[in-house]
Amino acid sequence: MSFIRKVRSLLWKEIRSELQGKEMLSTMIVFSLLVVVVFGFAIDLNKDLMGGVLPGIIWITMTFAGILCLNRSFTAEQQNDCLYGLMLCPLDRSAIYVAKTIMNLLLMVIVEGVTIPLFFIIFNYPGPQQVGLFVIVLLLGTYCFMAVGTFLAALSSATKTGEILMPILLIPLIIPVLLSAVIVTKGSFGLVVSGADLYLKILVVYGVVFTVLPMLLFDYLLEV
Amino acid sequence: MTENTRTSLIEKVLAWSTFLTVFVALYLALVYAPTEKTMGDVQRIFYFHVASAWVGMMAFLVVFVASIAYLLTRQANWDIYAYTSAEIGVFFTTIVLITGPIWAKPIWNTWWTWDPRLTTTLILWFLYLAYGKIRLAIGEEEKKARLAAVFGILAFAVVPVDFFAIRWWRTMHPGALVTSNGIALAPDMMLAFFASLFAFTLLYCYLMMRSVRIERIKAEIRLLKEGMFN
Repeated sequence: MSFIRKVRSLLWKEIRSELQGKEMLSTMIVFSLLVVVVFGFAIDLNKDLMGGVLPGIIWITMTFAGILCLNRSFTAEQQNDCLYGLMLCPLDRSAIYVAKTIMNLLLMVIVEGVTIPLFFIIFNYPGPQQVGLFVIVLLLGTYCFMAVGTFLAALSSATKTGEILMPILLIPLIIPVLLSAVIVTKGSFGLVVSGADLYLKILVVYGVVFTVLPMLLFDYLLEV
Repeated sequence: MTENTRTSLIEKVLAWSTFLTVFVALYLALVYAPTEKTMGDVQRIFYFHVASAWVGMMAFLVVFVASIAYLLTRQANWDIYAYTSAEIGVFFTTIVLITGPIWAKPIWNTWWTWDPRLTTTLILWFLYLAYGKIRLAIGEEEKKARLAAVFGILAFAVVPVDFFAIRWWRTMHPGALVTSNGIALAPDMMLAFFASLFAFTLLYCYLMMRSVRIERIKAEIRLLKEGMFN
């Protein structure tokens, strides 16, 4: 079997186990709705100021929802020693990483599809001026987040304090992603930002670096 | 025993030379170097601030190299180097993050600014705190070393991206001291600066040597304990 076909069958396994309970997806959606509402209570600004704050709020919410998703990503495999089962499969271990990343990305995209329109409704802010750029930065930012996040989820699931350790490892590593994503999102709102295209390039570079490195290092994570 | 006596001899020499150079550097930085024209005496923080920053960066580079070496060779020694270096690096970076604002307040009129260098240093500090956390959260020695090494590589890889990402924000921090045009410092200050750089580097080497020895003794005790109870 080629690498892609292996990833595809692993991904299918992920989707099926999610479809069985739909636990993760529903929890993530409810959680991010709650965060939106909490921000709605906490922040009361007029429209001009809102544009400057909204990108940050969007990315903070996505970070929280993403951490929720990542915490389950590998710890769920520890039931009945499923992780060992996966490791025994005749495949490159990096295939497990790729399949998990794609699955987490899919979950996040669904969550974003549901909650992001609500941001504009709750904060009464007109939709982004450059919708294309907005969608691109959302996808790219989420991908960078999940590429690093899935790897660190695997790492922290092997420790005693996994779930509280994960955010501590993750957040310092994704600071360049959050920074760039917030700036490009602001740009897509039609607000004046200098160098939005540069930040888009940083996201691409980060995405490439943190796809290659985890794939190289993933074998070392899943040693018995 | 011969190796032990040799190590302790090197350690002694290193300890005394560190002690002396630190004193010389202190004298040069606090007394000998002229007072800066616009900033006044506050500028003297510079000698400690930059030297600590240098040691911090060097320590994290050592973590990176030792982590790669560990994953390739699987020798526990490399893990000990990585760990002790990370510990010392966090310590010196803490000094940088404390002396920086003390210097910045009277000069820039603000404690903190989101400048590339400051922000990158802060993120580094967080990353290597997290590195320490990983080690605390794992019991088995081999696994601890392996996972920490993986994170040590990842953490250092993000540094250049960080730096460039933050770079397009307006920079307040003074630029590089050493450029292709030479060194932008008065000769007396330069002497004091290089003396403190040298002193801090020696201090790093000495601390490394001590803590590596302590870690090795700890490992030995662990082995003895296992031998006793099994």
